[in-house]
Amino acid sequence: MARLTPENVQRARDTISLYPVARSALIPLLHMAQEQDGWLSEEAMVHVAELLELTPAEVYGTASFYDMLFTEPVGRYLVSICTNIACLLEGAYELLEHAGSTLGVRPGSTTPDELFTLEEVECIADCGRAPCLAVNWRFFGDVTPDGFDRLVARLRAGELSDEVPPHGTLSRVRRTVGLPARAEGGRERR
Amino acid sequence: MTTEVAPIVTRRLAAQEPWTLQSYLSDGGYGALRKALTMPRQEVMAEVDRANLLGRGGAGFPAGRKWSMLRKAEPVYLVVNGDESEPATFKDHLLIERDPHQIVEGTLITAYAIGAAQAFIYVRGEFALGLERMIQAVEDAYGHGVIGANIFGSGFSVDLVVHPGAGAYICGDETALLESLEGKRGFPRIKPPYYPAAIGLYGAPTVVNNVETMSNIPWIVLNGGDAFAALGTETATGTRMFAVAGRVNRPGAYEVELGKNTFRDLVYDPKLGGGVRDGRELKAFVPGGASSFWFGPERLDFSLDESKVKGEGGSMMGSGSVIVLDDTTCAVRAAWRLVRFFHKESCGQCTPCREGSGWLEKIMRRIESGHGRPQDLELLMDVCDNISPGVSWPSRWPPNMTTICPLGPSIPPPVVSSLGMFRDEYLVHVKEGGCPFG
Repeated sequence: MARLTPENVQRARDTISLYPVARSALIPLLHMAQEQDGWLSEEAMVHVAELLELTPAEVYGTASFYDMLFTEPVGRYLVSICTNIACLLEGAYELLEHAGSTLGVRPGSTTPDELFTLEEVECIADCGRAPCLAVNWRFFGDVTPDGFDRLVARLRAGELSDEVPPHGTLSRVRRTVGLPARAEGGRERR
Repeated sequence: MTTEVAPIVTRRLAAQEPWTLQSYLSDGGYGALRKALTMPRQEVMAEVDRANLLGRGGAGFPAGRKWSMLRKAEPVYLVVNGDESEPATFKDHLLIERDPHQIVEGTLITAYAIGAAQAFIYVRGEFALGLERMIQAVEDAYGHGVIGANIFGSGFSVDLVVHPGAGAYICGDETALLESLEGKRGFPRIKPPYYPAAIGLYGAPTVVNNVETMSNIPWIVLNGGDAFAALGTETATGTRMFAVAGRVNRPGAYEVELGKNTFRDLVYDPKLGGGVRDGRELKAFVPGGASSFWFGPERLDFSLDESKVKGEGGSMMGSGSVIVLDDTTCAVRAAWRLVRFFHKESCGQCTPCREGSGWLEKIMRRIESGHGRPQDLELLMDVCDNISPGVSWPSRWPPNMTTICPLGPSIPPPVVSSLGMFRDEYLVHVKEGGCPFG
């Protein structure tokens, strides 16, 4: 729950160098901060603002607009159940209700052990396998109530730690190559 | 019967690990880029023009024309829209996860054709695996020498950045996407300027193309625009991916020839949708994503031609999503859920969309839960008319707008369609104080 680590500051600088205008790196940097802490603390957002020469308000303004960015702590596993049209037709609301009773929380809240946050989401574009859900944006399709309980048990037992990294980790593949978008020194800041 | 043509954008999806560079190269990958770089830029553009490739994102604007509309100024940018979020649309998701190099190659060719030294692929944030595959593809493409400086010794240099979104339907709108790429809230930009080709990313001329559009470019360069235009019909050339979802036996994303095939093929062909689940009757279908007006079974034989779907049908093929509702589906509940989606995703800039979507959602929920009043039916139409003046059933295309972006006029279609087609069902909800479907 803090400022970015020195390693992440270096990653942030590399990311900023990919863009012609520094502010374009804001969402990637917020994802990076969320990967570090699991959510976006005020300290992290202030640090991102410093790195991009923005005001904290500008950073918060962007962070608060997007559904994937959390300015309050969430569980290690964010369970996102789609209830939009294709899933609705395949029993998504029944699945959501079941998930709530299995986890003992209502959508939008976190289990007391801080392991799971349950949320209802809009279409996640996996409708060929409706009803579907995502855990930390790793997708699971054709989910039955029993299948949900098995998934939760496997997550609890740590059996899926390879497939499902902790909340906040979006891409485990990192950019290492490329030309700077503009030569150093000539960089436009905003 | 669905016409049999060799697929274009999906031809590699069933291959072994098709997302790897090795797999892509073994299928002749980056050969189209090599060829394009030996052609004058104008000639590449002319091939795409001849193909009459209509944008596969939803608006259906001719890709070649979009490119030629670029204001003459330096620099120009290319932005690829991979923010697929329209409910029940899941074709770009598949292309991003399974054939990222095809998108990269199409992007590089397009960057060359329009003279862009910097391109971005904006991938919907929720597509974690897609992001990993796309970033890996760019890493490997650099290693292979097809991105970066002086590609294939042609003198052409370009950088390509994979940019993650962070969860906002509105960013599928091209001007909202540009705001998001600039690190801002995803607010669609006020028009004019109407096209990013004039003022786009950082105020520079910008082409914004969809992922599937880009995926067609390598094939067009290799085979020629005329070969692409020979598929389909004069007004609907080539093939297109359709995401078939809802109450069908085989929900999935399928590539079919445009113009010569129909919605009936998509829903009933045993190799495609495979018919309605459990032998039930098709009640209605949503022909082009949540924003489109619904069709009844009498329109199953409409051909997959955007000009016909819009002109004669008063709806659109839009995002290429077909949602099948069967006779066990409550039309009120289905429409309510779509309206709730728009309410949640409204960015809040324009009053008719921000407030109207909320009012519609509340009224719809009231009716579905059995607390509706007889006058609510007229009230629904009145609110719809305030968002999209003149909206009516049967529908006409295009709907009128009172808002900055098309999200506003996307809200009435589920309400107006369900009310127009299934008014009796609404009345039963009101009269019996509940949903007859339980």
